[in-house]
Amino acid sequence: MSFREILESGKFAVTAEIGPPKGTDIKEMYHHIEVLKGKIDVANVTDNQSAVMRISSLAVSKIVLDNGMEPVLQMTCRDRNRIGLQADLLGASVLGIHNVLCLTGDHVNAGDHKQAKSVYDVESVQLLKIVEGMNNGKDMSGNEMKGATNFYAGAVVTPEAVPLEPQLVKFEKKVKAGAKFFQTQAIYDMEKFKSFMQYAKKFPVKMLAGIVVLKSAGMANFMNKNVPGITVPQELIEELKAAGKEKALETGINIAARHIKQLKDEKICDGVHIMAIGMEDKVPMIMERAGLL
Amino acid sequence: MITGEQKPFDEIWNMVKDFKKVLVFGCNTCVAICHAGGGKEAEILASLLRMRAAQEGVAIEIDHSAVERHCEPEFFQPVMDNVRKYDLVLSTACGVGVNLLSENIGEIPVFPAINTEFFGAVPRSGEFTELCAGCGNCILHLTGGICPIARCSKSLLNGPCGGTNSGSCEVSPDIKCAWVQIYDRLKQLNRLDLMGEIVEAKDWSKAQGPRNFKVKVLEEIKK
Repeated sequence: MSFREILESGKFAVTAEIGPPKGTDIKEMYHHIEVLKGKIDVANVTDNQSAVMRISSLAVSKIVLDNGMEPVLQMTCRDRNRIGLQADLLGASVLGIHNVLCLTGDHVNAGDHKQAKSVYDVESVQLLKIVEGMNNGKDMSGNEMKGATNFYAGAVVTPEAVPLEPQLVKFEKKVKAGAKFFQTQAIYDMEKFKSFMQYAKKFPVKMLAGIVVLKSAGMANFMNKNVPGITVPQELIEELKAAGKEKALETGINIAARHIKQLKDEKICDGVHIMAIGMEDKVPMIMERAGLL
Repeated sequence: MITGEQKPFDEIWNMVKDFKKVLVFGCNTCVAICHAGGGKEAEILASLLRMRAAQEGVAIEIDHSAVERHCEPEFFQPVMDNVRKYDLVLSTACGVGVNLLSENIGEIPVFPAINTEFFGAVPRSGEFTELCAGCGNCILHLTGGICPIARCSKSLLNGPCGGTNSGSCEVSPDIKCAWVQIYDRLKQLNRLDLMGEIVEAKDWSKAQGPRNFKVKVLEEIKK
């Protein structure tokens, strides 16, 4: 089943990430693909994540596809103008890549080429509209194309953004612009996420909750302080602290598994997006403990 | 007004050190307000350069003067006979002034002593802030009078990105998130409906140079 079919069938979907490396040595990346293949449903391929220059997401999406896993091509608007984005969308389409996640993209200030000229010719909402147009056989200038694309388009939302209201206005625009699925920023507070889902369920979109494994209480505190839209509740920080240094990661994995199980069992959302950030090897274990394997 | 800041002194010194007769030429309008390039700053810069020349044992004659504007020839034309006596003009005007003087001066180079930055407001004396990017297609009526092109780090048109952080921008806690400000302002004006409309991709051709225009009425009068 394709990603679209999985989500439309109502099966609880699991996605994870393949982060392209900086450089031409892709042995470790192949290993991650092997570890995840057959376990997760699709792999998002990140696009110069955090504005750090790496192998292009399009090239790695093709590698993922050739190695037997369906990719979600992540596309940010930071590095390409509307011509480049559309050209890559057509390229992806003919390479057999049919899922695209439309993002604005972290500012170059976050990355390793801080002096780069940011593009942002268009942004996430407009990129979704471009994809919708191309699916209908037209480029964004309205020119007829020889052969339409067939993308399943997604976007991101931050359910715990502060303030939340402007974020929700944008979420609704993304829905209007053609987003069919959403992958969220990492969520840790199930009650808050449930209330977000009560709102989000009004819209005809599939929602995959973002899961980032907590490696330590220090990491949780760091994220609370530095990562916009992420709030790790104090009781989880206490749980990690109580586990002690050696068992903190184990506890973090258990928290992630527990959350995933709750999201599935209580039918809170349509799936999860596990952002392992260097711990791809642990994803199968998390899935097992969540009762997904 | 146009804002700018003086270039690092060593960079300026390296530009002028091989010339023999240099005029530091100030502009008394915009860049004087931001204390970068008015007659007073030109005078200070000239004396700093004379001191550096003395330190380095280099013989350069360095003078200073200023006019009210470098962006219109009628302001500098009356003094051009004097200006042309030098073998380098170090302009403390904005880049517009450097370009225009360079076009009009003849065989003498005109070098910039300041980095021209943006056209900005002066919310408080000595503080300058960019509120408009001159993109050629104003949408301030849709955004509560707050320009997302100039004031959002990504010039987004449809709302905040995921980096918005308690009212600040992901780029720096010192930058306010333009879209949170727009949201609050539209709410105050009871016009949040405006934010719900998808804004189509921008026509950036209006924002890209070289740009010029003629005032139609004046053209008619000339005829």
